[in-house]
Amino acid sequence: MDDLRRTEALLSQQQTKISARNVQVWYGDTHAIKDVSVEIADKTTTAFIGPSGCGKSTFLRCINRMNDTIPAARIEGDIEIDGEDIYDRRVDPVRLRAKVGMVFQKPNPFPKSIYDNVAYGPRIHGLARGRAELDAIVEKALRRAALWNEVKDRLTAPGTGLSGGQQQRLCIARAVATEPEVLLMDEPCSALDPIATAQVEELIDELRQNYSVVIVTHSMQQAARVSQKTAFFHLGHLVEFGDTATIFTNPEDSRTESYISGRIG
Amino acid sequence: MSDAIAPTPPARAVSLHATDARTRRRNAAEKRFKAYGLTAIGIGLAFLAALLFAIVSNGSAAFTQTFVEVPITLDAEEIAAAESSIVKTSKYREIIHGALLEQLADAGIETDMDAAELGKILSSSEAAEMRDFALANPERMGETVRFDFLASSRVDGYLKGRVTRDALARDQNLDAAHLDLVDRLAEQGIVVKRFNWDFILGADASDQRPEQAGIGVAMLGSFFMMLVVLALALPIGVAASIYLEEFAPKNRITDFIEVNISNLAAVPSIVFGILGLAVFIQFAGLPQSAPLVGGLVLTLMTLPTIIISTRAALAAVPPSIRAAALGVGASKMQSVFHHVLPLAMPGILTGTIIGLAQALGETAPLLLIGMVGFIASNYPDGVVSGFTDPNSAMPAQIYEWAKRADPAFYERAWGGIIILLLFLMTMNFIAILLRRRFERRW
Repeated sequence: MDDLRRTEALLSQQQTKISARNVQVWYGDTHAIKDVSVEIADKTTTAFIGPSGCGKSTFLRCINRMNDTIPAARIEGDIEIDGEDIYDRRVDPVRLRAKVGMVFQKPNPFPKSIYDNVAYGPRIHGLARGRAELDAIVEKALRRAALWNEVKDRLTAPGTGLSGGQQQRLCIARAVATEPEVLLMDEPCSALDPIATAQVEELIDELRQNYSVVIVTHSMQQAARVSQKTAFFHLGHLVEFGDTATIFTNPEDSRTESYISGRIG
Repeated sequence: MSDAIAPTPPARAVSLHATDARTRRRNAAEKRFKAYGLTAIGIGLAFLAALLFAIVSNGSAAFTQTFVEVPITLDAEEIAAAESSIVKTSKYREIIHGALLEQLADAGIETDMDAAELGKILSSSEAAEMRDFALANPERMGETVRFDFLASSRVDGYLKGRVTRDALARDQNLDAAHLDLVDRLAEQGIVVKRFNWDFILGADASDQRPEQAGIGVAMLGSFFMMLVVLALALPIGVAASIYLEEFAPKNRITDFIEVNISNLAAVPSIVFGILGLAVFIQFAGLPQSAPLVGGLVLTLMTLPTIIISTRAALAAVPPSIRAAALGVGASKMQSVFHHVLPLAMPGILTGTIIGLAQALGETAPLLLIGMVGFIASNYPDGVVSGFTDPNSAMPAQIYEWAKRADPAFYERAWGGIIILLLFLMTMNFIAILLRRRFERRW
């Protein structure tokens, strides 16, 4: 089955990685996500855009079940990754989150060394046998996050001592160190300056070669720059989903057009 | 919008150099507030200084003690005779008093007092001291041994300025003649004041011998109680806090538990004492007056403090750290033990040490489990007896001394407070060191 899937993946770049059907989310009495269905492709960057409070972050957090940690959240519908229902009773959210990495809005490195930040995931999942292997994983992850050259001489320095952009790339390195298949990014550049943002965006484009990247962003320019697919959320509804070029140049829905042209949101 | 395009000039230009009444009032209010704050701090510092001055000036005298040096030739026959008599110490006393009289004669001090009258300047513990030495060192028979006997508390008080000749007018033990003698003995170096290790290391003594009383055994009692509190309250408190803060669902039952923990912190400590009496001694049958029971009672008292401060420390850890740990696939427990707990450690340690310090100074619950009063205790034989043998605690010992009649005990009560405060300062210092140690991990 696995081999078959891999062959298929090679055949089609556009193979579906995440498929959500009729997802509903309530926070207590608030209906935050209303009947969202979406197919997210592998090895593609998908951007979620929409005004504040539209549910794009909530939906993102459903994909790695981070909403489980909020007691008031209730989720209905199906979300499948590689055809497997992630809300199945047999799924351990801990293993799911190793497969679906996440980068948060504010850089949140652990108050430990740079090395320990990246090595934490591989350590708890037992991905490395011995120090040499762990060193290799850490180096690979830092290289993928385009941070290796900046920090290779001070791996024992605290991760919290890096600049904001470096911290965010460290968080990306931490997320890719566990070899995830999907990378969720919740407004990863909102706390960064333009130069750091450019670096992270460049990085996202490289990461797309290996992962299915889903990014929530408030910046429409950023969505246009980094993504191939864009989903527009409004008041808990998925209004429109399609190729980024189409959404930005020729949206079907009038609400999408209003948002993109700056009239709402 | 139109305002921005065509701003109307203000009707009357106000110079920035002119101060208006409103600004003046605001600045004055700020100055007043600062003055209140400084006054409050000043009053606090003044109280602290007065407290420290009172403690040190009253208590420092307890750390020195007056001794009378008496050389005695140990005579095997005399000692054998004393041992065979019915009241052994009275014979020893005669030997000592005789030796003292001889020493006076050698030093050229004339007195018309007889030996027994002269002996009143010594503590009544002198006979036992000599007997213990003689029995323990039979090989030194025939030698002349120099004994340092404790002077009586009146003599000690006289040399420290507490006892005056007027005060002795109605005293049945000593009179002015004794004091004249003491003055001359002090000149000769026979009566000397020295640092009093026995006060720090020794055991309590009966009402008649304040000069012999020490706080050492009570200190051990406090120490064993603190061991019990640390071994029980820290793990139980931290485990309960972690569960309540990180794992427990938020519902009515946990709300109820939280309210109760907060209320428990405000329960008078004597209530814990009577609970300990009922549960640990009467129901569970644990020994009375034992540091084990005291420790259990103080554990109950300390738990709410530790739980409240630990929960506050856990809640202060930013949620982004938890999200980061969960995001890389850590389980809830891994995120707590690998990331949240180390960050909360300084706060937890501070809370624990504050709780321990509170427990160390607590007297009321000990009243009810029999740890206050004259407990004629000696050093415990070992660790087990340290937990189970009757003992007192430092604050209980201080209270006991403070309520005894002889003013010599009053001085010791103040001295005991100094030692208690030194203990607390040491604990606070350890807390600071531990905080530094853990905070260095960012």
